[in-house]
Amino acid sequence: MHNKTITELAKDLREGKFSSVELTQSYLDRIKKHSELNCFITVAEDFAIESAKMADIKLANGDASPLTGIPIAQKDIFCTQGTKTSCGSKMLDNFISPYNATVVEKFNHSGAVMLGKLNMDEFAMGSSNETSFYGAVQNPWDTSTVPGGSSGGSASAVAAHLTAAATGTDTGGSIRQPAAFCGITGLKPTYGRVSRYGMIAFASSLDQAGPMTRSAEDAATLLQTMSGFDPKDSTSMNKPVPDYSMGLNNSLEGLKIGLPKEFFSEGLNDSVARVIETAVDEYRKMGAEIKEVSLPHMKLSIPVYYVIAPAECSANLSRFDGVRFGYRCDEPKDLNDLYIRSRGEAFGDEVKRRILMGTYALSAGYYDAYYIKAQKARRLISEDFKQAFSEVDVLMGPVSPSTAFGLGEKTGDPIEMYLADIYTIAVNLAGLPAISIPAGFVNEKPVGLQIISNYFTEPHLLNVAHKYQQTTNWHQQTPKGFE
Amino acid sequence: MEWETVIGLEIHAQLATKSKIFSSASTAYGAEPNTQACAVDLGLPGVLPVLNQQVVRMAVKFGMAIGAEIAPYSVFARKNYFYPDLPKGYQISQMDHPIVGFGHIDIDVNGTKKRIGVTRAHLEEDAGKSLHENFHGSTGIDLNRAGTPLLEIVSEPDMRSAQEAVAYMRKIHDLVRYLEICDGNMQEGSFRCDANVSVRPKGQESLGTRAELKNINSFKFVEKAINIEIERQIDLIEGGGTVVQETRLYDADNNETRSMRSKEEANDYRYFPDPDLLPVEITDELREQVKADLPELPDAKKLRFKEQYAQDDEIATTLTSSRQLADFYEAVVEISGCEAKLCANWVCGNFLAALNKAGLNINKTPICQDRLAGLLKRIADQTISGKIAKQVFEELWKGHATADEIIEQQGLKQITDSNAIEAIIDKIIADNPNQVKQYLSGKEKVFGFFVGQTMKASQGKANPNEVNKILHNKLK
Amino acid sequence: MMLTAEEVKKIAYLARLGIDEKDVETYANDLSSILDLMTQMSETCTDDILPMAHPMDQIQRLRPDTVLESDQRENFQSIAPQIDSGFYLVPKVLD
Repeated sequence: MHNKTITELAKDLREGKFSSVELTQSYLDRIKKHSELNCFITVAEDFAIESAKMADIKLANGDASPLTGIPIAQKDIFCTQGTKTSCGSKMLDNFISPYNATVVEKFNHSGAVMLGKLNMDEFAMGSSNETSFYGAVQNPWDTSTVPGGSSGGSASAVAAHLTAAATGTDTGGSIRQPAAFCGITGLKPTYGRVSRYGMIAFASSLDQAGPMTRSAEDAATLLQTMSGFDPKDSTSMNKPVPDYSMGLNNSLEGLKIGLPKEFFSEGLNDSVARVIETAVDEYRKMGAEIKEVSLPHMKLSIPVYYVIAPAECSANLSRFDGVRFGYRCDEPKDLNDLYIRSRGEAFGDEVKRRILMGTYALSAGYYDAYYIKAQKARRLISEDFKQAFSEVDVLMGPVSPSTAFGLGEKTGDPIEMYLADIYTIAVNLAGLPAISIPAGFVNEKPVGLQIISNYFTEPHLLNVAHKYQQTTNWHQQTPKGFE
Repeated sequence: MEWETVIGLEIHAQLATKSKIFSSASTAYGAEPNTQACAVDLGLPGVLPVLNQQVVRMAVKFGMAIGAEIAPYSVFARKNYFYPDLPKGYQISQMDHPIVGFGHIDIDVNGTKKRIGVTRAHLEEDAGKSLHENFHGSTGIDLNRAGTPLLEIVSEPDMRSAQEAVAYMRKIHDLVRYLEICDGNMQEGSFRCDANVSVRPKGQESLGTRAELKNINSFKFVEKAINIEIERQIDLIEGGGTVVQETRLYDADNNETRSMRSKEEANDYRYFPDPDLLPVEITDELREQVKADLPELPDAKKLRFKEQYAQDDEIATTLTSSRQLADFYEAVVEISGCEAKLCANWVCGNFLAALNKAGLNINKTPICQDRLAGLLKRIADQTISGKIAKQVFEELWKGHATADEIIEQQGLKQITDSNAIEAIIDKIIADNPNQVKQYLSGKEKVFGFFVGQTMKASQGKANPNEVNKILHNKLK
Repeated sequence: MMLTAEEVKKIAYLARLGIDEKDVETYANDLSSILDLMTQMSETCTDDILPMAHPMDQIQRLRPDTVLESDQRENFQSIAPQIDSGFYLVPKVLD
C-alpha cells in the first residue's frame, strides 16, 4: 500500500480495503526498516496510531475529507504542540512546542495522520541537509549522495515511500532542489499563499511552505489543505483558495512556455540540460509553443539573496538566547556569557556564518551598500519576471545545475554550495510559485524540471505539471531497495 | 561665563488599548508575572506580529492634535539588541518612516508663550520588566509589559530650562489624556520621559555634547534631574573637563545623576524594515474618521472657557486641565442653569479640594454632576445660604442623597419669613441691652454682633439680607 | 574585500555569538568570499529603483483591538531553562 498515491490511498480507505491504522503501521514499519536514511528526527508513533484510530472512525462515519487517515510527515520546522520541534538544531533539541503551526492545525483538521518530524538543514540553512544537528540524510537513489536541502528529510522520505507525502519549506529552493535530487514533486507556492505562523522563520520575506509528494495530483490535494488566509500572519494573502484539483487535466494546447536563456548558460551540466530539453519537447508534443526569454538580472540573485536572507535570519535567530526556551549553556557567569555561550554552543557552523554575514550587512556603515542595494536589485529581478510573464504563461528550466552530489563533497566550500542555488533563488526573491517535477535521470540520479508561473496561478502550474505526469512515468520510479 | 541650556525630551506614552500592539494579549497593569505574555509576546519560534488597528488610530489622533504631518505610509523596523526583557532580541519600532511627522505644541511659562517643535512620534512595542531583587544573584524577568503599545514622542531641542521642559511634558501629558490615548499614570509607567540635556556658552550656535537622562518618572524629578545635570555639566566644563555623550540615570534619593556604565558600549542597532510586517497605510477615510472623533483640544477649550464663561486664566486653566473636569463643569452649568461664575467657584473650590483631599480622580467622584448642580440651584434660588451649602456639600459627598433631600431631612431651608426673623431679633435685642446702647451711641461695629447672634440663633438658616434689613429697622 | 579577525570578532559580539578563536580565520575567509560575491551588485545601476522589502506590494492588515489570549504561563514555562515564582531567571543584570 505504500506505493500508492494519496488519491489511490484515499479511495482504498473509503472502500475499506485497509484501515488508516493498518496503513499508518505499515509506514511506521518502513520508517524503522529504513532508519539508516535518517529522514526522521522524531517518529511520533503513538500519536500517529491514535490519530489513525480517530481517522478510521471518521471514515466509518462517512465524515472524511480527502486527507483523512492519510499518513504524512512534517518538516521539523513546523511547530507541533507536544512534539519536539528541533528545526534541525541543537538549539531546539529540547524544544517541545507549546503550540501548533497553522499548517499543522490545518492538517489536523483535515484528519491527516502525522507520522513524525523530518530531518532538515539546521534552521533550513543549507542545500544538502548536511548542516542538521541530527546528521546528514541519505538520498535513497544513491545513499552516498545528499538528498538536497534544506527539506532533505522530506524529499528522501517521500522518495523512499516512508510517508505518503510531506511538507517542506522553500526560502531559496529548499523544496524544489531536494525534490529534484530525490525524484519527487515539490511545489513552492506564491509567497503569502500558505501561512507562515508557527513555521520557524529563516528569512521572513522569502520563506514559503509547500507540499512534497509523489505526483502533481497529490501536491494539489496537499496544497488544498495547506493554503488559505491566516489572520495570524500579516503577510498571508486574503484571497480565496481555488480548487487545485479541478483543472489538472486541462489541455495544454497553445501553452506558451518561456525558456530563460540564463537558465541554460555556463555552469549547467550537459546531461542535465539534455534531460530538460527532452522534457520541453514533451510539452511541444502536447501543443505548447516554446520561446526563449531573458531574465537579465538573474545573475544578481545570488548576491541579493545572500544579503537579504542572512540579514533577516540574523534578527530572526536572536530570540534563541537561552532565556525562555531552548538550549542554555551550563553555569553562565553573567548575562553576556549566557548569550554568547548558549548561542555559540548550540548553533552550527552554517547558521553562525549566516548570522555573521547578516549582522555585518546590517551594521552601521554597510546598510546602504548591502541591504538597500540588495533590495533595489531584488526589484529588478522581480521586474524581469513581470516582463517574461507578459510574453509567456510559464517558464521552464532546470532546478539545479547538477544531480545530487556526494555526501561531504561540498561541505568544505560554502560558496560553491551557494552558487548551486542559482536557478531557484530568483523565484523566492520575486515571490512566485514554482514546481519541481521528475523529468528523467542522469547516471541513475533523478533530474528535476522546474516550472515557474505567475503569482497565484498554482492551479495552472499544477495542470502543466500533471499533464506531463500523464504522459511520462518518471514520477512513478522507485529507488532500488525501497519498492 | 553665561551658559545656556538646551533640552529635548523623548516621551514614551503607553497607548490605552485593550490588547497589545502585535498580539491579542491583555495590556492590563498589575497581573501576576508572565500571565499576560502570550506566544507572540514571548517571541516563541514561529510566531508572527499582527498590528492592532486601535494603535494606528491613536497615533494618528495624536499627530492631528499637534498639527503634524501624518505619513500616508509608515514602516516598522527591527531595532536589534540583546536584553533579557526584550524577548525577540529586537524591538519592533519605527525608524525611517514614522507614522507622525513634524508638529508642534505651545507651552506657557510665567505668562510667556513658547512654541516647542515635535520632531516625530513613532510606534513601538514596550519591553518587559527586570526584577533584580529576591532572586539570589539572578534577575527575574516578567514579560507582561512586553508588547504594550508605545508612542514615542520626540521633541526638538527647543527647551531652554527645566521649567520649560516640565511645562512641555505637562502639556503632552494633558494632551494624551484629553485624546484618551494614554491614561498618563506615571507611577505605573504609562507615561515616561528621557531628557537630552546639554549646555553651551550663551550666544554659541552649535550644540554642546548632550547627556541622556533615562526614565525620569515624575514632573518633580524631571525638573530636579535636569537642574542637577545642568549644574554638573557647567561645573565640569568650568573645571576644565568635557561632557561625554552618555546615558545617565537620575538617583532621586541622592539628587544626583550617574553614568550607566553597563550601557556605555557602543550600540549598533542594525535597524531594517521588519519583513513580518507590511507598510501601514493611512487612508483618507481613516484620517477623516479620526478627525471627526477628535475632541476639542486643551488650548481651544481654555480659550473658549475664558470667552464663554468670562473666566480668568487661572480658573480656565484649572477647569480645562483634564477633559473630564471640563466636561463635568460644563454639565453642572447646563443642568443647574446657574451663573457660570458660581459653578466655577464651586467646582474649582470645594469640589476639587474634596477630591484632592480624598486622593480621588474626577472619574471616581462621589458627587455626580447632577447632584452638584442640584446644590448650586438651591444656592442660587436662596433656599440655602452659602454657609449651609458647605454643610450640604459634606452630606452630598457621602453619596446617599440629593441636595434637596438633605435640605429637607435636616431642615436646612433658609428662613426668609420676616416674621420669624423678627421674632428672633426681638429676643436678641431684649437680651442684650448693653450692646444696643453701644450701637445707638455710634459704635456701628456692634451691628455685626447682632447679625452673628441672629444667625447663630437661627442655626445659620436666616436669610442674611432679611436679617440686615430687619436689624437696621429695629436699631434705628 | 577582506574582513579582519577583529571585525569578525566585533560582529560576533554584536550577534552575541560565541565562536572559537581557532575558527575566526575561517569565518573571516568565508565572509570575505561572500562579500566578493556582493561586488556583482555594485556593478548594476539601481538609481531611482525603489527598494523591495516584500514580494507582494501589499499593505499591512490591521487587527481589531480585542483580547483573545488567556493565561498560558504554565504551558509556556514548562519548556523554560530556569524559572522562579513565575519569572524567567537570568544571571544578575547590573544597571
